[in-house]
Amino acid sequence: MAMRSEAVPLSSRADLVRGLEGFPLLPMAILVGIGVVAMFAGVLAPHDPEVGSLALRFRPPAWQAGGSIDHLLGTDHLGRDVLSRLIFGARVSMVVGFTAVMVAGAIGTALGIVSGYLGGWVDQVIMRVTDTWLALPALTFAIFLTAIVGPSEMNIVIILGAVYWTRYARVIRGEVLSLKQREFVRLAIVAGCSKVTIMRRHILPNVLNSAIVLGTLMLGVVIVTEASLSFLGVGVPPPKPAWGLMLADGKKGLMVGYWWLTVLPGSCIMLMVLSANLLGDWLRVKLDPQLRQL
Amino acid sequence: MTRYITRRIAYSLLSLFLLSLTIFLFVRVTGDPTTLLVEPGASQADIDAMRERFGLDRPIWVQYASFVQSIVYGDFGQSFYYRTPVLELYLSRLPNSLLLALAAMAFSLLIGVPSGILAAVRVGRFWDRAGKVFSLLGLSLPSFWVGLVLILFFSVYLEWLPSSGSGSVWHLLMPAFALGWYFAAAHMRLTRSSMLEVLGSDYIKLARLKGLPESLVIAKHAFKNALIPVLTLAGINLVIMINVAVVVETVFAWPGIGRLLYEGITFRDFPVVQAVVLLGGAMIVIVNLLIDILYAVIDPRIRLEA
Repeated sequence: MAMRSEAVPLSSRADLVRGLEGFPLLPMAILVGIGVVAMFAGVLAPHDPEVGSLALRFRPPAWQAGGSIDHLLGTDHLGRDVLSRLIFGARVSMVVGFTAVMVAGAIGTALGIVSGYLGGWVDQVIMRVTDTWLALPALTFAIFLTAIVGPSEMNIVIILGAVYWTRYARVIRGEVLSLKQREFVRLAIVAGCSKVTIMRRHILPNVLNSAIVLGTLMLGVVIVTEASLSFLGVGVPPPKPAWGLMLADGKKGLMVGYWWLTVLPGSCIMLMVLSANLLGDWLRVKLDPQLRQL
Repeated sequence: MTRYITRRIAYSLLSLFLLSLTIFLFVRVTGDPTTLLVEPGASQADIDAMRERFGLDRPIWVQYASFVQSIVYGDFGQSFYYRTPVLELYLSRLPNSLLLALAAMAFSLLIGVPSGILAAVRVGRFWDRAGKVFSLLGLSLPSFWVGLVLILFFSVYLEWLPSSGSGSVWHLLMPAFALGWYFAAAHMRLTRSSMLEVLGSDYIKLARLKGLPESLVIAKHAFKNALIPVLTLAGINLVIMINVAVVVETVFAWPGIGRLLYEGITFRDFPVVQAVVLLGGAMIVIVNLLIDILYAVIDPRIRLEA
């Protein structure tokens, strides 16, 4: 007991320090910050993000001539408060980004495990479909799918999941192929475990690290795709405040120099994607040496 | 080698088959295709005529067969908006897309390759770190936002460049930069890692042992070999650029395939959307095949492996 109280805290702290080496503190803080803002959007936003007054159109940010403290970051072409729209836009990006990554991850990981573990014709079928879907340019494919099912927040999540699961399936399958040769899996087979049990109890936990790393790296890609779809008018339908939609609206005022309508939502997207990428990069090196080459 | 190439061609044909099947099934299974394939606001008689033409009452595999048949004959249907065959429209926009992609590619290689080499030669030092920041920025900034900010600076504030349209070199600069930006980062990353790999190889050590000056080792021995994977990637990326430029082309009103796709969505011109996806996927499958064949011709190791 005495030994425990002496040694463990010390070494675990040393472990912790070593484990967090190079931890991207700022990116993490930004992501958490955006998450908190998204969660408390209703409390934080000074105005209704979807309702504006046409009398107050195109007001510049407060620090510019003509701006007022009431609309800190100005107003858009319908007189809606930009700050409030940015705050609620964080919620859209977070919800769509995370759920789409999880949908894609769930489909891709499941198919990757099945494909890699069962092998044979199942593997052939899944991998040929994966190859084919990978050949389709992601954004074009997503646009095609929205043209069929119509844009809505829910549809966007499903579509992004359908477009991006292939990235997981490929990598996870590769890992399963090498896991299959490992002793503990062979022992499980000898012990009489069913295929389903082995895949669920022995394979799945061992590929989760890779799935998480991939998910973090995917988050940025998915957010940019969502913003692109919204920008093109086939993403989150107006008047919901999505950052990509704000950029599309901002284009209307671009040529007359209403910079805040373009620069601000774009900066939000950039900050979020950059943070996700930095975090993903760090996780990749920390959690999964096999993915370092990615 | 013939066996290897035949197998690769068979795989590509299988991919093309699955591609057409995917597109076909998505259109048929997710609802009534007549709502997509018939113009918005069409009369019941038109809808019935379309059902007749596509044989929607026939079994699904017959429908698929006729779908593939028309594609093979280059018939992608009529555009609702332009009232011309979709393939004709597509081909008329292709040169513009190619021009934009080539300019973006030139830009991305001009930035990506030298900075990648510099990062590899000075690995772990200032230029390497600067390159890392640059590539992260490149991979994180959405291209359309880069485009919008460029317009804000060079068209609105400085009034140096036209904000949209096509016709002169000046029109090409900003869209090429916005499109090439992301790829510059990707090319930089690959040049760096490829260069590092070559620099660690035995023949480079030998060249150094011979007493060759370092600049010659890098320029003559390492660079040439390190460039091969980069050029391969560039080949694939050129085709990808043609197909992902939709947002950049929309921002700059550049009359390429991406703009056509955008018009397809906004005018609810479904045959156009379908054709752009199909042809984009087919283009990528074919380029992958060509590169594999080229590799087999150049590199005997791949042939023997097969």
